[in-house]
Amino acid sequence: MLTSILSISLGAILINNFIFSQFLGCCPFLGCSSKVDTAVGMGLAVTFVMGLASAICWVVDTYVLQALNLGFLQTLTFILVIAALVQFVEMFLKKAIPSLYSALGIYLPLITTNCAVLGVVLLNVQNNYNFLESTVYGITGGLGFLLAIVLFASVRERVEFAEYPKSFEGFPICLVTASLLALAFMGFSGMKIF
Amino acid sequence: MNIKKQFKDGLITNNPVLVQLLGMCSTMAITTMLFNGIGMGVSVLIILTCCNVVISAMRKVIPNDIRIAVFVVIIAGFVTIVDLLLQAYIPALSESLGVFIPLIVVNCIIIGRAEAFAAKNTIGASALDGIFQGLGYTIVLTIMCIIREFLGSGSFGKGLINTVNGVIGTGDGLQIFSADLGAKVLTMPFGGFLTLGCLIAAMQFALRKSAEKKEKEGNK
Repeated sequence: MLTSILSISLGAILINNFIFSQFLGCCPFLGCSSKVDTAVGMGLAVTFVMGLASAICWVVDTYVLQALNLGFLQTLTFILVIAALVQFVEMFLKKAIPSLYSALGIYLPLITTNCAVLGVVLLNVQNNYNFLESTVYGITGGLGFLLAIVLFASVRERVEFAEYPKSFEGFPICLVTASLLALAFMGFSGMKIF
Repeated sequence: MNIKKQFKDGLITNNPVLVQLLGMCSTMAITTMLFNGIGMGVSVLIILTCCNVVISAMRKVIPNDIRIAVFVVIIAGFVTIVDLLLQAYIPALSESLGVFIPLIVVNCIIIGRAEAFAAKNTIGASALDGIFQGLGYTIVLTIMCIIREFLGSGSFGKGLINTVNGVIGTGDGLQIFSADLGAKVLTMPFGGFLTLGCLIAAMQFALRKSAEKKEKEGNK
């Protein structure tokens, strides 16, 4: 039990990092990474939503969809659950922790369309994880996202001062930077636990 | 609506991937083989066109406050249809695209076009917009697939239609040089980021050059 949890966590954070090896969540990864502060906020919010969404969607999938034989409604149900969840988190944060709410700003509602969140939920179903494994996969997947986006933002802050061809201005140079980070993360791919 | 202008917009000047920078995840993730790229491109084209038509037809009925939620439900419906059809008729494609077929729901191209175009224009124009934007997306995917598949594993069109029995997804394709000589790293995530970065840079270069040329002609 413990070993499976450990291998899921390490796998999600390093070996099969959501961004660098699975390409899930690239839009906010590229969009919200110009400053380290916003990157940390975004990463934490995504981790939170991914963990919650994994837990709730597992319950919905097992006790509603599977029980009633409605497996074909998975995509539709999950996206609605995620949208409702993000809305709820937004309302909760607004009341409970207004400072964090204003720091996250526009990024909070955008988590709904982050493919890492829907991706983790679909992967949980595909891998037949149980409740605990799903939740752990959601949270550690989010932590992997956090690690990736913070690393990337710190590199990007330095790239701003570098010289590069004019055609690479803006987005392309970010992608090239990301590709080098992905190359670094490939070093973990040979790692095998247990 | 001007068809010619829409065509040029979708394919070049307002290309969803290279200029609007939408739908990055799937563009980088699945472009390792031509088979995947064309399959994904056509799926998105069909879903985008259907969603644009439905959303455009309902644009006067949908309340403004909850329009995003309505869009998402419509999109999820069409994605489910395509997902199930692929599972039934082209299982090889469904298997190799995996989780990225249901993830079309959160592909920014579709919701972006719904919000930016279909919610404001007539049904005919929206359908054309869906087709052209979908074509623009497919073309970028195809180019990326060809580059990555050729340099990465030395083949072309592996997995496309089998010429012997006509079954989709089992063809051998053309092996141009030995797979051992290919730069395998290009078929890995690293290659996805790098190829797309270079393609967008090339696009920016071309757009800048044509803008400069126009300016020069204007000055004369």
